Amino acid sequence: MSTPTTTPTVNPPVWAGDPSFVDSGPGSGQALDSLMEAYRRAGGDPEAIRQANIATLVVSGNQVLIAHDIEGLRFEAEELPQGVKARIIVDPGVTIERLVHLCFGLLPAEGRQEIIASYEIGAGAKVAFLAHCTFPNAVRAEHVMDANIHVGAGATMKYTESHYHGETGGIKVLPKTRVTVAENGRFLTTFNLSHGRVGYMDIDYEIDVADSGLAELTTKVYGHEDDDVHVREVVRLNGRDARGLTKTRVAVRGRAHSAIHTVTEGNAPGTVGHMDCTEIVRDQAEAQNMPIVLVRNDEARVTHEAAIGSVSKKELETLMSRGLDEDDAVDVIIRGMLH
Amino acid sequence: MSDQPLLEIQNLSLNRDGRAILQNVNLSVYPGQIHALLGVNGSGKSSLAYALMGCAGYQPDSGHIWFDGQEITHLPIDERGRLGLTLAWQEPARFEGLTVGNYLGLGIDKPFGTAQDKPDRDRVAAALQAVNLPPKTYLRRHVDNTLSGGERKRVELAAVYAMRPRLAILDEPDSGIDTLSLDDVRALLRRMAENRTAVLLITHRDEMAEAADAASIMCLGSILFSGETATAQAFYQGRCQPHVAALGNQPWPGASLRMKEMAR
Repeated sequence: MSTPTTTPTVNPPVWAGDPSFVDSGPGSGQALDSLMEAYRRAGGDPEAIRQANIATLVVSGNQVLIAHDIEGLRFEAEELPQGVKARIIVDPGVTIERLVHLCFGLLPAEGRQEIIASYEIGAGAKVAFLAHCTFPNAVRAEHVMDANIHVGAGATMKYTESHYHGETGGIKVLPKTRVTVAENGRFLTTFNLSHGRVGYMDIDYEIDVADSGLAELTTKVYGHEDDDVHVREVVRLNGRDARGLTKTRVAVRGRAHSAIHTVTEGNAPGTVGHMDCTEIVRDQAEAQNMPIVLVRNDEARVTHEAAIGSVSKKELETLMSRGLDEDDAVDVIIRGMLH
Repeated sequence: MSDQPLLEIQNLSLNRDGRAILQNVNLSVYPGQIHALLGVNGSGKSSLAYALMGCAGYQPDSGHIWFDGQEITHLPIDERGRLGLTLAWQEPARFEGLTVGNYLGLGIDKPFGTAQDKPDRDRVAAALQAVNLPPKTYLRRHVDNTLSGGERKRVELAAVYAMRPRLAILDEPDSGIDTLSLDDVRALLRRMAENRTAVLLITHRDEMAEAADAASIMCLGSILFSGETATAQAFYQGRCQPHVAALGNQPWPGASLRMKEMAR
């Protein structure tokens, strides 16, 4: 790994205009203000980022605007020509009490952002991340994420990720994540993109789970107009008694398209996996679901359930009988499903 | 009570799958009135409720529905809702991810309400209390399959109560397990009356009709009788129910057909 530009052992909390701010050059304070506004619109809480006891990493384009460590958790971030390479390290046995805030944004209408991230969660550690990815002005932009995650033995990592892609649909988002969960480790992730447009998105997750480990993936996406949603999730239950769950909730309207491809492999005795996919289709939209169950051990059990269809007539009529017009009623039902 | 009916049904007929579901139904409900609609299972009560709401598949083949002087026979369901007509469903829908608090708020927030009818927590909480559900326990619960059938029915009644409609159709509010007792339903009807909500109370239990100002009996898709509650109850107890029991509590069509013959 090349030498990071920002490698404080314990970075101070920083904010635009603060001299201790991990500054990436002229204009970065303004960039932070703009990004925080976008962050707020995407559902984030800028106030949380100001707090000294909250670990925070904020990246705009290829600038690291904030990298604030706390005891037991540190960031090592390096700026690249078109993005950032970051290591997030949680020490073994540490429990991080407060949510770790991550914000990745690209503010210009055009451009490309590449994030190469490595999460190393030490054995027995416990940590929860709240990540926001925001591209509010994207017209012709691309965000590429290449992440590797290792959840150590007996460790727990929760990762909640919300995206806001703006209102034009002019963005390509290509997150690729490879996860290894060691024995008795737990990895739980939720991805949510339910406000604004999606654009083109191709989520690609692969997870390997060791003995008695757990992987839970929840993905919720709401596509409009000509949005194109691709989700590929592969969970390999390789260790004895490993467990896996993929839960996918996708709604598409207009001419949007979704293709959900989930694979769960039961490769060891006592492994239990389940895939649960619900997709709602309206207007001229199209939804595909391709679950694959692959079992290589006669003591493994993997199940799946999938439902693709319109909203329930009874749910729709119930809400309309309270005075909601059809569009509003559909929206309430879909947003509930994506909640 | 006003001389002009709030709801007036004239010669309403509905066929489904080649079968007559409603036959020349005539019925009036007046402002503020509690009107019980009695009938055995399969007599067409719920079908009438769906036709009154404008549900898909229940568009009448002939006849008219008037609401406060406006013909609503062909209005879509949401427009009827915004006029102040709503339904508490016998088997309510479940909604993934929607909290009880938000669900109750939806009916308050819509255009039928006036400016002062903005959703407020007190009104939602009062509605839950009206159906014996503690707000602290239920406001954040989801209206999904984590609620029992009885809890879901109570939430449905609370949602209708919170909406303060001009006419609420309550479809078998006491049926099912762990739902409201007869006294609870009566108390709820009184509260609705205080809000000037008229009620069309659909039930197969004649004792439920005791709280009503007027009653009708429905059989084989037709109204056999409309008038005083006591008369309707006596007829239903004395003539309808024994025959239904004698027929082994068989629903549609045997029991209803025999009852109709009895009424002639």
